[in-house]
Amino acid sequence: MKRSLFAGAALLAVVILPAGANAQIKIGVINSYSGQFADTGAQIDNGIKLYMKQHGDTVAGKKIEIIRKDTGGPNPDVAKRLAQELIVRDKADILAGFTLTPEALGAASVSEEAKKLMVVMNAATSIVTTKSPYIVRVSLTLPQIADTLATWAVKKGGTKKAYTMVSDYGPGIDAEGAFQKAFKEAGGEIVGSVRMPVANPDFSAFVQRAKDLNPESIFVFIPGGAQPAALGKAFAERGIDPKKVKLLSTGEPVDETAIKSMGDLALDRISAWHYDFNHKSKMNSDFVKAFNAEYKRNPDFFAVGGYDGMHLIYEALKKTNGNADGDALIAAIKGMKWESPRGVIWIDPETRDVVQTVYIRRVQKVGNDIVNVEFDKIENVKDPVKAAMKK
Amino acid sequence: MVPTDTISAPQLYLQSLSRWSATEIAFWLATLLPFFLFPNYLSLASQIAITALFALSLDLILGYAGVVSLGHAAFFGIGAYAAGLFSKFVWGEPISGLLVAALLAGLAGYATSFIICRFRHLTLIMLTLGLGLLAFEVANSAHWLTGGSDGLQGVRIWPLFGIFKFDLYGYTAYSYSLAVLFLFFLGMRRLVHSPFGLALRGIRENLVRMPAIGAASRAHIRKAYTIAAAVAGIAGALLTQTTESAALESISFQRSADVLVMLVLGGAGRLYGGLIGAIIFMIARDQFSGIAPQYWYFWIGILLIVVVMLLPNGILGGLSKIFARWSRK
Repeated sequence: MKRSLFAGAALLAVVILPAGANAQIKIGVINSYSGQFADTGAQIDNGIKLYMKQHGDTVAGKKIEIIRKDTGGPNPDVAKRLAQELIVRDKADILAGFTLTPEALGAASVSEEAKKLMVVMNAATSIVTTKSPYIVRVSLTLPQIADTLATWAVKKGGTKKAYTMVSDYGPGIDAEGAFQKAFKEAGGEIVGSVRMPVANPDFSAFVQRAKDLNPESIFVFIPGGAQPAALGKAFAERGIDPKKVKLLSTGEPVDETAIKSMGDLALDRISAWHYDFNHKSKMNSDFVKAFNAEYKRNPDFFAVGGYDGMHLIYEALKKTNGNADGDALIAAIKGMKWESPRGVIWIDPETRDVVQTVYIRRVQKVGNDIVNVEFDKIENVKDPVKAAMKK
Repeated sequence: MVPTDTISAPQLYLQSLSRWSATEIAFWLATLLPFFLFPNYLSLASQIAITALFALSLDLILGYAGVVSLGHAAFFGIGAYAAGLFSKFVWGEPISGLLVAALLAGLAGYATSFIICRFRHLTLIMLTLGLGLLAFEVANSAHWLTGGSDGLQGVRIWPLFGIFKFDLYGYTAYSYSLAVLFLFFLGMRRLVHSPFGLALRGIRENLVRMPAIGAASRAHIRKAYTIAAAVAGIAGALLTQTTESAALESISFQRSADVLVMLVLGGAGRLYGGLIGAIIFMIARDQFSGIAPQYWYFWIGILLIVVVMLLPNGILGGLSKIFARWSRK
């Protein structure tokens, strides 16, 4: 009896309060700001801050306030509690951020129950958007990249026999599955595969095993950090020449830090990804310049996720005229299309997931710099997993 | 009423230990305060209660029996996944989920206790660390069962007793966690103030001497370790049920380390040490990370250094020392 009385009182308080406090819109940003993934959280945050600096902190007459919360890593229970607290305690109108899939999955049920818009700025596992009708994603899905790369490799890349090497954890297994499926469907053959421990500093045995099978290409998925350089060295030591055996991967193993530590060893590596700071467009060069001026570093795909996420929120609020109701916002974002630093992207009205161009790049020397150079692209790529579900 | 002269001195000693003091009663009444004073913090309060239960289970083996463990999260994780999988494949009734989790974690504890009871000190630290990491890797590689690093999907918990839904504000979650914590605290309190509890303390103080006076030390350690594992499993199950999610984090080294820090912070071997430690650690973490999401661990570190340097026996140990000095005057 007492319990329900208090629940009632609290509910009443929540119903009454927002009516009075209408001048601002609070966005609760949940990210990994500490621990192993701290830098990714920081880059998303930089993207958010830069967008707000460029576009002001007032939209449709409402002041935007950001409340940041740290999950400390892939903790769904913490993410869920933070989401609850943001809505109950801080009266947040919108949830955003989500570096890692477990965080997004943890908070999903809260966004559904509270009917609040939830903007996923990174977490790349396909299923995330299916967990609540109020989730929208502006980053990428891993299958979107791996599937596209596999199809490209068979049809245009001229390779029929591939070997896959992935780190033995969730995203690695997803990437392996997506790549192998699409590669076979396009008419290629997987000659072998290996799953390597996530924390494995010595790749030579795995690389040797791949070499013994004499594949035409090798697909790699490993987490960023120190591993890409170690793997690059292992390839060189075992005599695998990227000019003869195509080394394929997603964007992480050839990101800016990885290329810097690999140097010439990175040359001729081929990758598929949705954003690189070397992407040629007016919008992107302005973005990179502003980002460098502000944070003394280049933006990466995390930063773009944060930037585009804020753009989506701003535009949606403009459309609803400042109404932060979850249903109104989700209706406003469906089918929204805009130019991002990575090119034109839009939100699939059916899945609320991002549709974008996937670029095929090769690591090359440009002047004195070693960078990813885009040489092919596949436009309007939707998440293949959800497309397959529909069939 | 039993005449006092028929009761032996040890019994009287144990009775005096298990008498409820006013401070204790006040403490438990205070746990109801969040309902009235901080209704917006109930989900945090619920996770504090769960962590406190977990710390309590570690206190039994570390604080009382002197078994140092760096892998206690293994049992927490087993409980968490057991409750999650149970709700996914059998049914979502929470109480039965708790029992299943306790049973599985207890079994795992019983199985490993045969190794644990043979070693002490540094070897034990390495051993429990190894077992904990093994459990983590098993959960990680059993992707088909646990969902790997994405976390377990499809956990659906029915309303408690079929009436109380786990709500957004955390009323049900906190009531439920607090009730379970209190229940197991009562059990634990009874346990450590029994002859068995005394035997455990004897083991902590002098392992070699205990068999000499006829105590079956290894059997005692095995029993305590199994009980602690089962209780840790219950704590894990509570976390799964109140958040409807289970992830690798629940079985990770970080969780084992955090709970050890809480116990050291609060004071090991005093039942309330784990509870106080959990409350302070979790609230500090919540507040500090609200101020600076990137650097909150720095402040936790400072807090820990200050406590360890000024109060080597934890906050409770320090307080009781001050209190003893004050009452002597």
